Amino acid sequence: MASFVRITLDDRVYLAEEGAQLVAAAKECGVYIPTLCNYPGIPPKGACRICTVLVNGIPHTACTTKVVEDMNVVTTTPELEAFRTSIVEILLAEGNHFCPICERSGNCELQALAYRYRVPVSSFPYLFPTRDVEAWHPKLIKDHNRCIQCKRCIRGIHNAKGQAIFAFGKRGDKVVINIDRETSRDISDELAQQAMDICPVGAILRKGKGFDTPIGRRTYDHAPIGSEVAP
Amino acid sequence: MTRKIIIDPVTRVEGHGKVTIQLDDDGQVVQSRLHIVEFRGFERFVQGRPYWEAPVLVQRLCGICPVSHHLAAAKAMDVVVGAGTGTGLTPTAEKIRRLMHYGQVFQSHTLHFFHLASPDLLFGYDAPPETRNVMGVALANRELATQAVLMRKYGQEIIAATAGKKIHGTGAIPGGVNKSLSREERDRLLKGDGGPLNADQMVTWAQGALAFFKDYYRQHRDFIDGFSRFPSSHLSLVRPDGALDLYHGVLRAVDAEGRRILDDVDSQDYLQHFREEVKSWSYMKFPYLKKLGPENGWYRVGPLARMNVADFIPTPLAQEEFEAFRAVGGGKPNDRCMLTHWARLIEVLHAAECMRDLLQDPDILGSDLVVTGSRQSEGIGLLEAPRGTLFHHYRVGEDDLIQMANLIVSTTNNNEPMNRAVHHVARAMLTGVKEITEGMLNAVEVAIRAYDPCLSCATHAYGQMPLEVTLVDARGAVVARRRKSSVLAST
Repeated sequence: MASFVRITLDDRVYLAEEGAQLVAAAKECGVYIPTLCNYPGIPPKGACRICTVLVNGIPHTACTTKVVEDMNVVTTTPELEAFRTSIVEILLAEGNHFCPICERSGNCELQALAYRYRVPVSSFPYLFPTRDVEAWHPKLIKDHNRCIQCKRCIRGIHNAKGQAIFAFGKRGDKVVINIDRETSRDISDELAQQAMDICPVGAILRKGKGFDTPIGRRTYDHAPIGSEVAP
Repeated sequence: MTRKIIIDPVTRVEGHGKVTIQLDDDGQVVQSRLHIVEFRGFERFVQGRPYWEAPVLVQRLCGICPVSHHLAAAKAMDVVVGAGTGTGLTPTAEKIRRLMHYGQVFQSHTLHFFHLASPDLLFGYDAPPETRNVMGVALANRELATQAVLMRKYGQEIIAATAGKKIHGTGAIPGGVNKSLSREERDRLLKGDGGPLNADQMVTWAQGALAFFKDYYRQHRDFIDGFSRFPSSHLSLVRPDGALDLYHGVLRAVDAEGRRILDDVDSQDYLQHFREEVKSWSYMKFPYLKKLGPENGWYRVGPLARMNVADFIPTPLAQEEFEAFRAVGGGKPNDRCMLTHWARLIEVLHAAECMRDLLQDPDILGSDLVVTGSRQSEGIGLLEAPRGTLFHHYRVGEDDLIQMANLIVSTTNNNEPMNRAVHHVARAMLTGVKEITEGMLNAVEVAIRAYDPCLSCATHAYGQMPLEVTLVDARGAVVARRRKSSVLAST
């Protein structure tokens, strides 16, 4: 049976399930902590750092931090907000993100965070990297221009044998996430859709389907990201 | 001394262009050109993208008529996904797309006539520039200006309801549409919310705009009948029975005598009949009918051409106007450049009637939105954009990525006619004249403006708004240059 402990979130005391992921516990308490690489149901990685909060005064990634008794969490300070804004700006500058033509526009978590943190344009120089579009797979397209390497696809999408169908290729600043030719063979339409859905940006696309959600019915058309937790 | 006049920029057009007019030692106009000086390259950067992105990507060519590119690309991709050409969609999908297109034609034509062209008509082409603009129209004729704004707004509301937003929506997808109308949307557009933005009011205002132009024509018949008038061929899509159809049809062209020189060709066969010529002094290409060659195969497109090519208009009020328009031509294609405005307003009325009819059609509330069939490697989509026939042609690889794109945009089709129009007006206005006035140069622009050119679309283009006139001597030295912000000065 779960035991509940007292924690402090932004100067207010809550009861939270001991050992729960801090991001999820804060959400239960109605406190929004932004995430990008985190995805419910798959092991957290702490890759993007946007969920960084202060736990007892020390920066922690909230997706990899578990609830313990009497923890004092500060989710929002001017420094944390500036840090998160910088992460969004770096990600936008590092890839080729052209929202006007991207079918994830309106459903894209990176775009939604850019709106939340009021980033109309990155303050970092755009790198405009030369990247290709991987289109050999019969059901999926991997657009490397848009990939932010959050690993949600690697961690969350597996074939019937439990094998990951996405994998890292190359190293260092050349690293890419590819579709695995062996493990992705014969994947179902449902799994292909799950792969597209798990991607926070528009880097994984299902072939032959696009723009089928009209403007006005997309996730972030009417309310900014985070308002589902803290309106 | 020979001289070269440069008008740069040409104003009250969409995009950036300039005019050069060369005069010889006797002050005779020896050469006139409309140069399109902006470049973008959409045909290149759509390559390598998934085919379903094309309707959303290519519409970024333009903010005035993105729907035209959106729909032309979607029509091409209908072919690619095996949904056929034009008539293969579900009734709901085809009617929603048509409604979107008529909204687009309605708002774009309204924008052009009232905001861009009407200052020349209300005040005269030689009126002071500080009066001869849209603000001058608003001050001189408040009711007309208000109607213009609301008519454009109505067209934009139609687009927003069908495409998701007013500019750069996503409504048309390969094989259909991603939404139909809700009853609330339909009722609001059909009846308005107690205000003037309703379908009947748009028909009434369109008739009022036509009455305004016809009254102007009665009072300025000599000017209109004589201004920039020259024979040409005319090209348009028509419905297979010869009706005006702005969304889909077969390609038909007539010569200056009205004889058919392209006889109802399937749009998928366009490449067998058309070629494009490149000239070093413009980013805009020169299309022509292959069998007649570049010298004789050029043609006009747009409202005037459509009135000359179609046999009838399938909505009653526009048909009445069409008959009156055709009577002026005396049985031949009408070659009066300025009557393009009349033709444009007839299409405004036609679009208003079509929108009203479609809004009363229960199919626009349907839920059967998309069809697919046997995947094809190539697709061609044509429609009649506000400025004329628009061609989109794509090849798609087995990996679903676009390999080739060719766009022949309405304004591109009008490249040769616009150059001839510039030459005619320059010769009529500037030959032997000692002092060139701003009004004379605006007359050149008035001729260009009648075609409602979208130079951004035509070159798939980039750059600052708008147009420049240069006067050079026989040795090529620039004698005078006129920009809108500068004063004509001899050098």
